[in-house]
Amino acid sequence: MKDVKCECGHVNPHGTVLCEACGKVFDEQSKDKSLLDMRYEGSARRSQTYNKTIVDKIWNFFSSVKVGVWLIIVTLIASAAGTILPQEMYIPPTMPAEEYYEDQYGWFGKLYYELGFNNLYSSWWYLVLIAMIGISLVICSLDRVVPLYKALKAQRVTRHEGFLKRQRLFGTSGNVDVQDIATVKQRLKTKRYHVREENGDLLAEKGRFSRWGPYVNHVGLIIFLIGGMLRFVPGMYIDKVLWLREGETKVVPETDGQYYVTNEKFILENYDKDKDKTFEAAIDRAGMVVKNYQTNAVLYKRVGPAIPGEKPELEKVKEHKIKVNQPLKFEKFALYQVDYKLDELNTMSFSLTNKASGETFGDIKINLYDPKPKYDLGNGYHVEVLSFFPDFEFAKNGEPTTKSRIPNNPAFVFKMTSPEVPDGETSFVAIQQTIEPLGDNQYKMAFKGIETKNVTALTVRKDLTLWIIILGGIIFMIGVIQGAYWNHRRIWVQNKNGEIWVAAHTNKNWYGLKREIESVLSETKINIPADQIQNEKVDKEGI
Amino acid sequence: MKKRRLVMRTTILVILAAAVAYTLYANLTKDNRMKVEVGKKAPDFVLVDMEGEKHKLSDYKGQGVFLNFWGTWCKPCEAEMPYINNQYNHYKDKGVQVLAVNVSESELAVNRFAERKGLDFPIVIDTDSQVQAAYGIDPLPATFLIDKDGKVVKYHTGTLTESTVREFMEKIKP
Repeated sequence: MKDVKCECGHVNPHGTVLCEACGKVFDEQSKDKSLLDMRYEGSARRSQTYNKTIVDKIWNFFSSVKVGVWLIIVTLIASAAGTILPQEMYIPPTMPAEEYYEDQYGWFGKLYYELGFNNLYSSWWYLVLIAMIGISLVICSLDRVVPLYKALKAQRVTRHEGFLKRQRLFGTSGNVDVQDIATVKQRLKTKRYHVREENGDLLAEKGRFSRWGPYVNHVGLIIFLIGGMLRFVPGMYIDKVLWLREGETKVVPETDGQYYVTNEKFILENYDKDKDKTFEAAIDRAGMVVKNYQTNAVLYKRVGPAIPGEKPELEKVKEHKIKVNQPLKFEKFALYQVDYKLDELNTMSFSLTNKASGETFGDIKINLYDPKPKYDLGNGYHVEVLSFFPDFEFAKNGEPTTKSRIPNNPAFVFKMTSPEVPDGETSFVAIQQTIEPLGDNQYKMAFKGIETKNVTALTVRKDLTLWIIILGGIIFMIGVIQGAYWNHRRIWVQNKNGEIWVAAHTNKNWYGLKREIESVLSETKINIPADQIQNEKVDKEGI
Repeated sequence: MKKRRLVMRTTILVILAAAVAYTLYANLTKDNRMKVEVGKKAPDFVLVDMEGEKHKLSDYKGQGVFLNFWGTWCKPCEAEMPYINNQYNHYKDKGVQVLAVNVSESELAVNRFAERKGLDFPIVIDTDSQVQAAYGIDPLPATFLIDKDGKVVKYHTGTLTESTVREFMEKIKP
């Protein structure tokens, strides 16, 4: 394909609508129109001109704004679909996701799960959509900004008649004093126009940089997307949950066993009607309102190298009261308060009791996280724990079994030995349930009480991508401001056929441009250019 | 000129495609990215068994180690235990050691389970989950095969049949 040489001598790329230098109209269709489409300065968007190889075809597909808009619409619909039911990471871990969705939401939940909407935002097709938007953004921008930059750079002061005539603001004047041109030039300069002169023709231009606003904005978006992409790079982004019982010390995940954290106490405070009088009405209406979720945490660092499993030697780093939005921070990590569970069973107490007399022969207190095999009560009485099921249920074959290692529903098989029954009696004890599998017993383990502990959940968060995302956001906003608060205005004052022709163009705010021209041309013999679009409207309305 | 355009476009598309491909790859593998990779050295650990004896992985250099992570509530773990026990008794004199790491349960629960099942191999309890963290265990049961040089030969999750256990032991026999 050949380049196009204009009569003014400038060589334009193939597909150019308006000569980059003088503005002469090349495009046959535009020639018939009374006004020019000034988008992209009539430059040759290259995607629309070359369509030869597969690379060009892919390029052209992504270069289309129409395709870009459709990608955004499809992504929006998909994103909305992901909010209909909770995502998998937010459902309670009580049952597997495949059961949960059907159980909670019926056939729709099942369908939702089967379509993979339970993990929509990290599904491959969703990421492909986002990636395609990113690619469309890059290619659309490149395909437009380069020709636009070239066209604006190549523009000459003296413009072709056809170009001037077809501007929205256009007017001619005869008998103009030379002095008037000088006055206009001076006034344009005081209005901060950059004025170029060539053979007595003027081109006044200002705010060209506002044309780059959309592209700066896109660069910001792309940086933003890169930040999002970096989250998938190992080590850049960590988001884990750590459950800690009161008094428990655990290694902080993803710290290579370097850091340990202890939950000293978990505190849940409600607003108190009597203390916070201000909130009395609100509390009456809403019931319990939580004032504070707090974990009193202690952070430790391991001293020296240690092999996993070995009791680590720990050095206290700091204490911190972790509250919502007041994380415990260390190195690049932060521990946030995220969840809790109150009153998890910790110990259970029983009394060895003679069923007939009701007499008791001592209490045992069982730590549900570390039950002892045998509890000696003295005087020939002792209790053995034959079996322990922290989260008891009956299996399909009728045998007692445990669902998990968490003592949600503890059950025991005790062997009670007393001077009367030296061989022992067996009893199966669960909450509100006692079974004596080997016949009637003389003794029983009478339930006495429980002790509970609170459990806290902390989010372990490390995010090295945040600054990139913030940077992207800032650049995005700079682009928006640049494009929104400045206009690219151009005014041509040129000698044509012994007349003075004035034409003007702006990318937005035509009213402002007209006001400016009026003030520049006032008290000169140059006529104020007419708004051809408004005139057209008047004509039509007149008919 | 035309050639330059093609080169430019191809370069840009290749860069974009590479970024997208990497993101997809990283995202799709993030859930099963193993802490411990096959072919790499298995992280060392020290745990104490139910008899109070210390087991350090690196002490088993020269022997194959069948490293199994399990819990008493985990049905598939329970199912494969007898097979592991049988094969342990068969292979223990041939240089294959079994280490069964229980995931932070109480001593009582583990002891009673071992008695009920009649398990002979050493069972250790990873009380504060350090070893699980080092091996990135999830879900159970998880089995690692470690050869005589301390390298991970295979990772397997899910129930094992007796023949698979035998095949695994055979694999790490020195």
